[in-house]
Amino acid sequence: MMLLPPDLGRAAGEGLAKASARDDFVVFERVQKSYDGETLVVKDLNLSIATGEFLTMLGPSGSGKTTCLMMLAGFETATHGEIRLDGRPINNIPPHKRGIGMVFQNYALFPHMTVAENLAFPLEVRKIGKTEREQKIARALDRVRMSDFGNRRPAQLSGGQQQRIALARALVFEPELVLMDEPLGALDKQLRESLQFEITNLAHELGITVVYVTHDQTEALTMSDRVAVFEDGRIQQLATPDELYERPRNSFVAQFIGENNTLLGEVAEIRDGVAVVRLDTGALIDTKPVNVSRVGERTRVSIRPERVETNPERLSPGTHTLEAEVLEFIYMGDIYRTRLRVAGNDNFIIKTRNAPDQRRLQPGERIEIGWLPQDCRALDA
Amino acid sequence: MTDVTDATTARRGPTPDDALRVADSRREPMLAADGTPLKRSLARALRREKLRALMLIAPLLLFILVTFIAPIADMLFRSVENQIVSDTLPRTTRALADWDGQDLPPEDAFAAMAYDLTEAAELKVHTRLGSRLNYEAPGISSLFRKSGRGTGDAGEALGEQFVTLDPAWENPMVWAELMAPPDWLEARAAHYADGGEPEGLPAFKLRDEADTILPETASVYGGFARITQFEDGDDPAEEDPWSPIYLALHRDLAADPPLGDWSGPHADLLAAAAEAAPAMETVPLVQQFEEIDEDWLDPDVWATIKTFSPPYTPGYFLNAVDMQQTPDGVELRPETQRIYVTLFLRTLVMSLAITGTCLLLGYPVAWLLANLPSGRANLLMILVLLPFWTSLLVRTSAWKVLLQQQGVINDTLVWIGLIADDKRLTLINNQTGTIIAMTHILLPFMILPLYSVMKTIPPSYLRAAKSLGATDWTAFWRVYFPQSVPGIGAGSILVFILAIGYYITPELVGGTSGVFISNRIAYHISSSLNWGLAAALGSILLFAVLILYWAYDRMVGIDNVKLGG
Ligand SMILES: Nc1ncnc2c1ncn2[C@@H]1O[C@H](COP(=O)(O)OP(=O)(O)O)[C@@H](O)[C@H]1O
Ligand SMILES: [Mg+2]
Repeated sequence: MMLLPPDLGRAAGEGLAKASARDDFVVFERVQKSYDGETLVVKDLNLSIATGEFLTMLGPSGSGKTTCLMMLAGFETATHGEIRLDGRPINNIPPHKRGIGMVFQNYALFPHMTVAENLAFPLEVRKIGKTEREQKIARALDRVRMSDFGNRRPAQLSGGQQQRIALARALVFEPELVLMDEPLGALDKQLRESLQFEITNLAHELGITVVYVTHDQTEALTMSDRVAVFEDGRIQQLATPDELYERPRNSFVAQFIGENNTLLGEVAEIRDGVAVVRLDTGALIDTKPVNVSRVGERTRVSIRPERVETNPERLSPGTHTLEAEVLEFIYMGDIYRTRLRVAGNDNFIIKTRNAPDQRRLQPGERIEIGWLPQDCRALDA
Repeated sequence: MTDVTDATTARRGPTPDDALRVADSRREPMLAADGTPLKRSLARALRREKLRALMLIAPLLLFILVTFIAPIADMLFRSVENQIVSDTLPRTTRALADWDGQDLPPEDAFAAMAYDLTEAAELKVHTRLGSRLNYEAPGISSLFRKSGRGTGDAGEALGEQFVTLDPAWENPMVWAELMAPPDWLEARAAHYADGGEPEGLPAFKLRDEADTILPETASVYGGFARITQFEDGDDPAEEDPWSPIYLALHRDLAADPPLGDWSGPHADLLAAAAEAAPAMETVPLVQQFEEIDEDWLDPDVWATIKTFSPPYTPGYFLNAVDMQQTPDGVELRPETQRIYVTLFLRTLVMSLAITGTCLLLGYPVAWLLANLPSGRANLLMILVLLPFWTSLLVRTSAWKVLLQQQGVINDTLVWIGLIADDKRLTLINNQTGTIIAMTHILLPFMILPLYSVMKTIPPSYLRAAKSLGATDWTAFWRVYFPQSVPGIGAGSILVFILAIGYYITPELVGGTSGVFISNRIAYHISSSLNWGLAAALGSILLFAVLILYWAYDRMVGIDNVKLGG
């Protein structure tokens, strides 16, 4: 489906978007990378990022996210393929001429310089005059609300403050593209959340394009315009957060993003966009065919815990339902989390809202569960 | 933007910083649970732990004190210590105290010298004193060696005349009765009655009266009795007294002592001797000394003794900076004898040069070590450490083979045609040789601290710098290099301090122009045995290093020295 380019109007502020807005601001074309000449760490990467877009590379550790980022920044060379920035191939441009801002996981603030000197560094190497430099530094510090800290050394700052300075330093020379490699990985949850918010705000306000790397799916979902899910050197799915969550394209993405119940079976029948799957226990369920096309194909069906209906009366008549035994009931405040045994799977989780019309299920109780066919996706086995 | 920011702030929980600020704003003293101020109970709780920790390290501390601090203290002490002169020549030192240094000293000084040297010769320490004074006035040691034998005869002629006057003067027992108090004589008799040996005799004592009425005689006899009893293990009352004792007796009697007050035995013997003394035939002491060695008529010899008689002397230190202490004050040594200042400067300059070359060669190697993949880095590390596993002598000798005029390097250069066969380079037995060989030997001491510091500099700093627009060189110079400065400091200090005290390598490949001050120190310790001078040179070296260390601290800051992460 068509992906909407991000709203370009909001880049107006103190915009840096000098380049004309384009859908292919950053392009990876058939990029491969191998470190040792034996295994491909990045396999055939095709990706194009629009101006002003916030794109996140999400994936488990070792899936090649950092490698992609480093190729874009110029610290690693692509073994094959082409990377273009604003229409120009950059394979042979050294990192310092690419004008890409970068934020590192360990902040990489120069310990022997004060905060202000750290921020002055990119401006000095660009031979920007003293007064202009000071203005820019003041503005950058103000943007991350660290104006009073110009004379401190990085070691005198907390982790969150250091990360803000690292952000300010990556932005102070007004790059159009900023890369961030797990910038919040070392921070505690609360700080991480507030900084996530700040980063997205800044990015949108300045209209910069951001390529953000993380292994934290919540972070990816809350911050990004689009998320590229990496696994084993390949993009498994490139989509907006809601699409990714609601309509995972394969079982890896379904497993990786959010909580997910899976059942194994075989396609029994396909009609009207609904695939009837016979589970290994013999029971039949209705699913939406995503990666299956033939009757008799093995499939892994995936259903989100909050999409499971425990009150079959609400389902349309004729829908297949399943027998379930309640194993455990956990009260979590805003929701109830119940563990069931369904078709031999002891780890079938359902989540229900803590609402007046919802009943607390008792362990040992036998219930009927069902779902809308479009919520249950038949994926690759 | 603003309301968004505010929302973020509101959502942010208190950071640890905030908590600190809150605690900081409360200023009244905190109390512990039992009401005592928190500070005091904390101190009390910590004290016991500290004490225990101290006890645990006490053996080690003691070991360090004994093996490390004590030798240094001893060296510092030796560099000014000079008790040998006043210990060996106590009477002479006293007699020379009022001498003005012009002409010859008074006869008293000659007499005192005769007594002191006799004693010293009996104890066989006069040659040691001679060697000591020889450092200050070359030639004086032979004078002392010769005189040790001669001065024992001073007063011989007088002794014969006393014996002619009354044979009792020849009797050791008579002398003992004159000089010792009755209780010592009784104790002696009792000792023998019990069947005792001469060795076990009670310690000889002087009679107070003898000391006041015949002071010189008492002093010399006291020395005689002490040496006879404790050095030779004999009975002073049975040994013939030394000739100089008669000289002392004659001089005492000539001073017209109040013999009427003599209450001890042999008063008549003394009275008779006093009467005969003026008529006795005497040879002036000056003349007797001249016969032993005419150098005694040189006032400079006496001046040297007087100058170096105080128990502590700056002489060694002055010597160590090419100055000397003369009777007329401190002055530079004659041009031909000045060597130490040159040597110190050379040691300093060459150590700096070696530190510099080590840094130049070591920095890239350390960088490679820290940045190569670990397999190759390990191999390189082994190469760096290899010299440590080879004997220093072997390595230095290898340099001899490489660097000599017919050596590998010269041969190669001639073979390539870079230099003519008759213009082979002199690479050894000079400063070049020393610098080359010592750079090789000290290189690991530069590389290791540098490496351990560079290892802690994450590569992301360089990447960050480049992503910010810095060229490779700017990134290195502005970001990497400043962070490696602690390693440079540590390596340089290590190499410099090792170089400044190095000894074997300069000795082997330095020739005459490439030797260090330490080679001189070694020479004075093992060959010339002038330990005082060696200690003074060592102390100057120590202070020079301390001053440089202090200067480094002022300029760079000692906090900026890191041997590792
Ligand atoms: N400099 C390197 N040399 C060799 N292999 C590397 C290097 N950097 C990363 N790799 C390998 O490439 C793969 C992908 O790594 P990376 O891009 O860092 O993954 P991610 O950032 O997603 O965790 C990993 O298997 C890793 O071991
Ligand atoms: Mg990574």
